[in-house]
Amino acid sequence: MDWQYFLEILFSGFTRGSIYALIALGYTMVYGIIELINFAHGEIYMIGAFTAFIVAGILGTMGFPASAILIIAALVAILWCVAYGYTLEKVAYKPLRGQSRLAPLISAIGMSIFLQNYVQLAQTAEFLRFPIRMPRLEFLDVFGGILRSTDFVILVTSAVIMTALSLFIRYTKLGKAMRATAQNRKMAMLLGIDADKIISLTFIVGSGLAALGGTLIATHTMQVGFGIGFMAGMKAFTAAVLGGIGSIPGAMLGGLVLGIAESLTTGYFSGDYEDVLAFALLALILIFRPSGLLGKAKVQKV
Amino acid sequence: MFLTPKRIVRSVLISIWFMILVFPIMGIKIVRRVPEYYLDKVLAVGIAIFFLSLLWAWYFEVYKEQGANKGFFSKIGEKFSSITNKIAEEEGTQKKISFAILLFFLALPLFSSMYQTTIFSLAFLYVMLALGLNIVVGIAGQLVLGYAAFYAIGAYSYALINQYFGFGFWICLPIAGFLTVIAGLLLAFPILRLRGDYLAIVTLGFGEIVRLLLINWSSLTRGSQGISNIPRPSFFGIDLTPVQTTMYIYYLCLLAAMITIIIVARLKNSRVGLALQALREDEIASEAMGIDLRKTKLAAFALGSCWAGVAGVLFAARNSYINPTSFTFMDSAMILSMVVLGGMGSIVGVTLAALVLSIMPEYLRAFSEYRMLIFGLLMVAMMIFRPQGIIPPAKRKYHPTALENADKK
Amino acid sequence: MSKLFFKGIVATFVGALISLSAHTVFANDTIKIGVPGAHSGELASYGLPTLNAVNLVVDDINAKGGIDGKQVEIIAFDEGCKAEIATNAATKLISDGVVAIIGHTCSNAGKAVISLYNDANIIVMSPTITAPDMTLSGKNPVFFRTIANDLATSIAGAEFVVNKLNAKKVAVLHDNSEYGKGYAEKAIEYIKENGKDVEVVLYEAVTPGAADYSSVIRKVLRAKADVLMWGGYYPEASKILSNMYSLDLAIPFVGPDGLKDKGFIELAGADAEGVYASGPTDTSANPISKEYAEKHLKKYGTTPGAFFDTAVSATIALLNAIDKADSTEAKKIMDALRNNDVETAVGTIRFDDKGDAIGVGMSIYQITNGEYVEIK
Repeated sequence: MDWQYFLEILFSGFTRGSIYALIALGYTMVYGIIELINFAHGEIYMIGAFTAFIVAGILGTMGFPASAILIIAALVAILWCVAYGYTLEKVAYKPLRGQSRLAPLISAIGMSIFLQNYVQLAQTAEFLRFPIRMPRLEFLDVFGGILRSTDFVILVTSAVIMTALSLFIRYTKLGKAMRATAQNRKMAMLLGIDADKIISLTFIVGSGLAALGGTLIATHTMQVGFGIGFMAGMKAFTAAVLGGIGSIPGAMLGGLVLGIAESLTTGYFSGDYEDVLAFALLALILIFRPSGLLGKAKVQKV
Repeated sequence: MFLTPKRIVRSVLISIWFMILVFPIMGIKIVRRVPEYYLDKVLAVGIAIFFLSLLWAWYFEVYKEQGANKGFFSKIGEKFSSITNKIAEEEGTQKKISFAILLFFLALPLFSSMYQTTIFSLAFLYVMLALGLNIVVGIAGQLVLGYAAFYAIGAYSYALINQYFGFGFWICLPIAGFLTVIAGLLLAFPILRLRGDYLAIVTLGFGEIVRLLLINWSSLTRGSQGISNIPRPSFFGIDLTPVQTTMYIYYLCLLAAMITIIIVARLKNSRVGLALQALREDEIASEAMGIDLRKTKLAAFALGSCWAGVAGVLFAARNSYINPTSFTFMDSAMILSMVVLGGMGSIVGVTLAALVLSIMPEYLRAFSEYRMLIFGLLMVAMMIFRPQGIIPPAKRKYHPTALENADKK
Repeated sequence: MSKLFFKGIVATFVGALISLSAHTVFANDTIKIGVPGAHSGELASYGLPTLNAVNLVVDDINAKGGIDGKQVEIIAFDEGCKAEIATNAATKLISDGVVAIIGHTCSNAGKAVISLYNDANIIVMSPTITAPDMTLSGKNPVFFRTIANDLATSIAGAEFVVNKLNAKKVAVLHDNSEYGKGYAEKAIEYIKENGKDVEVVLYEAVTPGAADYSSVIRKVLRAKADVLMWGGYYPEASKILSNMYSLDLAIPFVGPDGLKDKGFIELAGADAEGVYASGPTDTSANPISKEYAEKHLKKYGTTPGAFFDTAVSATIALLNAIDKADSTEAKKIMDALRNNDVETAVGTIRFDDKGDAIGVGMSIYQITNGEYVEIK
């Protein structure tokens, strides 16, 4: 067995998986709180990548160092996507609260179409080159090419962010309020938790993570386009379901499992069946364990 | 007094918020590494949002609070719902209107161009698809997000059977319908115990898997090359000119759509249909009432997928070429939005929505750039302002006196 | 009620008949050319240059008094490369009474509608459709094109890989699209037949839209390929190149003529340096091509995009044939297309029996300092 190759493929999968996980967190958090599949989430990721592209484009003409540009671009992208996520919830989902389950879902699909076309019309239908490449980190050479700098940055950033998020949810007051709202919104409201604020917070955190994912992937693929959100959204959503939708550690695990599974398929079998595998995995998990890897099976109350 | 200073200030703040929001995407363009600024566009958005937010506030704070019986707009709304209710409830009006519509569609190819005719034949296919999905989603309440997969199975069944065995349209139609039902049942069996969103997710995955198999299993399906030269339906062995073929297919689609409408309408009030509706309202309660959940769900899937299969065959015959790009998630979403916008479970509403939504993009071509943008906004706006759909389904009503009389007989 | 309705129907019917007959009378005054294609959406960068080209050439002809005294009228239709919309486009154009079609940007749309044009006997002149079987199957007598088919591009690329790059191990990737897969399959066929000691070490598809291609690039690395051939469009090619860069895979990258586009060089930036693409011989030195590039700059403010020259040539060849045929009858125009040499932006061409242009050469290009340079 070629261990070097295996590790390479594994780390490719880790990289891809951490991006999925970053986006999947947004799906799973929103689902946990208001049981909505937020189809427009992938577009937030795309807007994040675009905003980072624009910021990097402006700063690039001013002669900042590459790493500084990347950090500023990511921060601005996160800031703006947070605003987009917040507004999205207020405009498209909040007025629909209390209606049938389908209404927000349709609204989400509508928003997804709208945001895609909004970016296409305001910017361009073509792919654009991201102006800054991730700087090469020399110290990674000791790994003999198993880990590249983009992999490294993506892995470290996602690990840090996801740990921070877990700690936030576990130990802070707001995090506790989020968990309480997810468990039982009515009860949480009776206990004095402002459910509206918690829902907004969920969208804010989810959108910020998506924006970070968008920026990281843009520096990796070196391109942005208005259509990139759809596929990424689908994959991240699959990851969220795989891990158990509604469960935050589940989304992280689901993302990594999906990324690694895809990467191994391509590495040892054929790239033709990468997507087939992803969706077949999804269907199998749902049929045999509908609550996902880490989700809790819901007991239907009569 | 609606325009209080407080409201105006709030609207100004909202419009500033939106201007900040759209600033990077709309206000800046990087052209060959040089940033260009378009502040006028951002300002225009701000002004538009100012008025929209006033309208929004008026709707939620004045109109909705006052209830539906004051003011000019509410009267229009009332009028509209009274008309729609009339259509939904009075059988006489319904018959007259449907007769008139039927006459119009029968005559349409005679006085319109070939182009209009083809658009309408596609629209009728969408009517079939939407009504088929309406059985599953609207009547039985099972959220399916991969409906285009059944459509694809129908279309490919015809194309492949024709290519490999040489059977014609009329033989393939029932075979493809049957195969699609089998596919529907195959999907339904393992997911009988799933409900709600999980069901939606599995069906979404199913839809993607079917599409990807069509692309990747190229030895059978020719992958993304698609299958071309699919024969159009024969007409008693007579060769038809292109114009005649178009008209023939138009009438076939019209006929198929009408049969669908009639059968779905009959189905809705049949024993099975009532069981499906009970399933939608409450699964556990309906099980307690003696409805076999397994059988009923299987019936819903079988019935729903069958229409998609038949529509698929007609689609393949109409286009004479199919490839996997016609059966994406967006197509499933489009059919679903027809069902939801029309009013889930409402046959008149869904038919209308299917016609409007499939024809509208063709006539909106004039401002084609903004077509999808408007379409997306419309979906959101519909959900906010009229979530029950254009024409919500009329609930079956039982008059106590009529029931008593029936008992006496 | 029904009586009234019947009267209404009759009235509409009669009205429609009258307007229809009036329509045909006016129709004779212009020669209508349909231009269906992707004018918006993701593939607009392939379809819009065609529309611009047709506009420019027709403006010139009309300024000179048209063809045989008739003005040429353009009817554009945006079908976004979707097969079912293309069917609508075709029926609309046919019922509008067009004499010929310049376009259908994508092969899938073209395949969907060609039988309609065959039946209606309307000439289709495509500057962009490269699917080989459109002409080679011999089933589409009305189909002509001024672009070389994929077979030619693919063979030129594979020949270059075998003979000039002296490759021993070739990896072939494609995007599973008709265009990309067709290119890849033909290239492999050629290599297997003509490259005696050349081995195809990898042949597989990538998933368009995926966030990362590093696994497949690592596979190429492991297979120790010395050339990578890519069948597909340029956005994915750019992503693959970016992944190759970060994995230090520095082997020649050979692609189809879809890469021969300014957009690709802008998108892939420094990564595109050294990329090879096979395509029709460069015609930018051709006087007609130069003339129209200038006109494009004047009218639209930009340099022309992809397939502009083939579109200019398609329009010139078609209008020339209509002029030579002294008729708008399809059969006469087709004869004129086959029997007359015509000066176009891609050189002097005529058409063979199946509809492919004779006289379009093939060359290999390499990106050097951000420009495509022909390799002689």
